[in-house]
Amino acid sequence: MTVALRPTSLSEALDALGANGAVAVAGCTDLMVVDHAPARAHATVVDLSRLPELRGVREDSGGLWIGAATTFAELRESKLVRERFPIVAEMAGTIGALQIQNRATVGGNIANASPAGDSLPVWMALDAEVEIAGRSGSRRVPYDEMHRAYRETALAPGELIVGLRLPAADEALEQRFRKVGTRAAQAISKVVVALAARVHGDELHGLRIAAGSVAPTPVRLRAAEALVEGQPLTPDLAAAAGLAAAREVTPIDDVRSTADYRRFVLARTVRRMLLACQGGEA
Amino acid sequence: MTTWNVRVNGREVSVEAPPMARVLDVLRESLGLTGSKEGCGEGECGSCTVLLDGRPTCACLVPIFQVEGRELCTVEGVAGTELDPLQRVMIEAGGVQCGACTPGIVVSLRALLDRDPRPTRAAVRESIAGNLCRCTGYERILRAVEELVGSEEADA
Repeated sequence: MTVALRPTSLSEALDALGANGAVAVAGCTDLMVVDHAPARAHATVVDLSRLPELRGVREDSGGLWIGAATTFAELRESKLVRERFPIVAEMAGTIGALQIQNRATVGGNIANASPAGDSLPVWMALDAEVEIAGRSGSRRVPYDEMHRAYRETALAPGELIVGLRLPAADEALEQRFRKVGTRAAQAISKVVVALAARVHGDELHGLRIAAGSVAPTPVRLRAAEALVEGQPLTPDLAAAAGLAAAREVTPIDDVRSTADYRRFVLARTVRRMLLACQGGEA
Repeated sequence: MTTWNVRVNGREVSVEAPPMARVLDVLRESLGLTGSKEGCGEGECGSCTVLLDGRPTCACLVPIFQVEGRELCTVEGVAGTELDPLQRVMIEAGGVQCGACTPGIVVSLRALLDRDPRPTRAAVRESIAGNLCRCTGYERILRAVEELVGSEEADA
C-alpha cells in the first residue's frame, strides 16, 4: 500500500522525497489517472500542495514569482497575473476544464513534462526561471534548459520545483497564446504556441516563440525567431517564419493528430500570431 | 487502512480507507452516496464532479488523504431533502435523459450559481464544459439555467 506523506515545510518535504520510490504530488490530476491501479502505484507519495514555501503569486523585482503549488484556477483569478501576463491567465483557462484547473498546479504540469503540457511553451516564451530546491540547496534553471528529453526534466532525484520567476513585463511586451485542439475545453493540444516580443515600429525585438505537441519536449522556434528578429515584419516574412517553424519541429502521428497536420497548423499559427503583434488578423 | 475525517454534505464523517483510495470510491462504496457517477475515471467526463471546499473537482482524481479535514459536497448535498430549484428546472426543460452526467452537471451549475446568481450564457457554458453529456445536448440544460435565473429575477 502506498504511504502518503503530508509535510508542512519545505525541509520536511525534501527529507520525505529522499526516500526510495517517493514521488511528489500536488493536484494529482496526472498521477491518479494511472496510479490508482495497484500495480502502478508508487511506494510513497509526498503531497506538496500545502507547503507555504510553494504557495502564492507575488511581485518580484518588477516581475512575478509564482509558487509551484499555485493552481491554474488561482492563476486565472490572480489580478497580478491578468494584468502583467495575460497569456498566463489565458493559458490557465485552457487547461482541462474547471474541475482540472481547480486542482492541477503550475509545478505539476512542469514536472509531469508532457510534450503537450500547455503551460510549458508559455514559461519558455516569457523567459521564466525555475526555482528548484534539493537537500543540498537551491538553484535556478532558465526555462529553456528545463526540458531535456521526452518526459525528462532538469530536476535531479529528490529535488522539487519551488516556483517560477517571470521577468518584468512592460506595456511594450506583446504576448500571444494559441492552443489548437479538438474542442475548446478538455482538449489535449494538437499544437500549442506562445510568443513574446517587444514591438518597435514594424519590428519585433527579443522575440521568443515556443511550441508544444510538436516535438518530444516543448521547444523554442529559433529558426522562425531568427528570420523575424529586428526585421520589418511583412506578411511575407510572417509566412516565411511560419514555414521555418514547421521545418524545425519534429512532430509525430498519434491518436490526436498527424505530423503533417501539426506542421501545417504550426506554420499558420505562427504566421497569424506574428501578424497579430501588429494588430493584424488574430 | 487509515481513518479519515471529512465533512460531507454538511456532516462530519469518519471513514476508513487506504490513503490513495479515490474520493469517488469512498463516497459511493463506504458512504453509500451513489449520486456521483464514474464515467471515464480519468478526469475528462465530469460525471463524478463534487465540490471540494466549494470548488468543482473530479472525485475520481482526488486521493482520500488529501481531503482530511476538508469539505465535500455531492449532488446529494445539493438536493437536501427536496430537489434544488436547479434540479426542478433541469427536469422541466428536458435537460435530463439517461442521467449519467446529470449529477455532475447539477454540482457544476450549483457552484456557478452560488458564486454568480446571474451568470452570462458564456459563463454557464464554461461551467459545464468539463461535463460531457452525450444524450440531450447542452441546449436544454442551458435553457433550464436561463429559466431558473429568469424566474429568480421575476421573484426578486
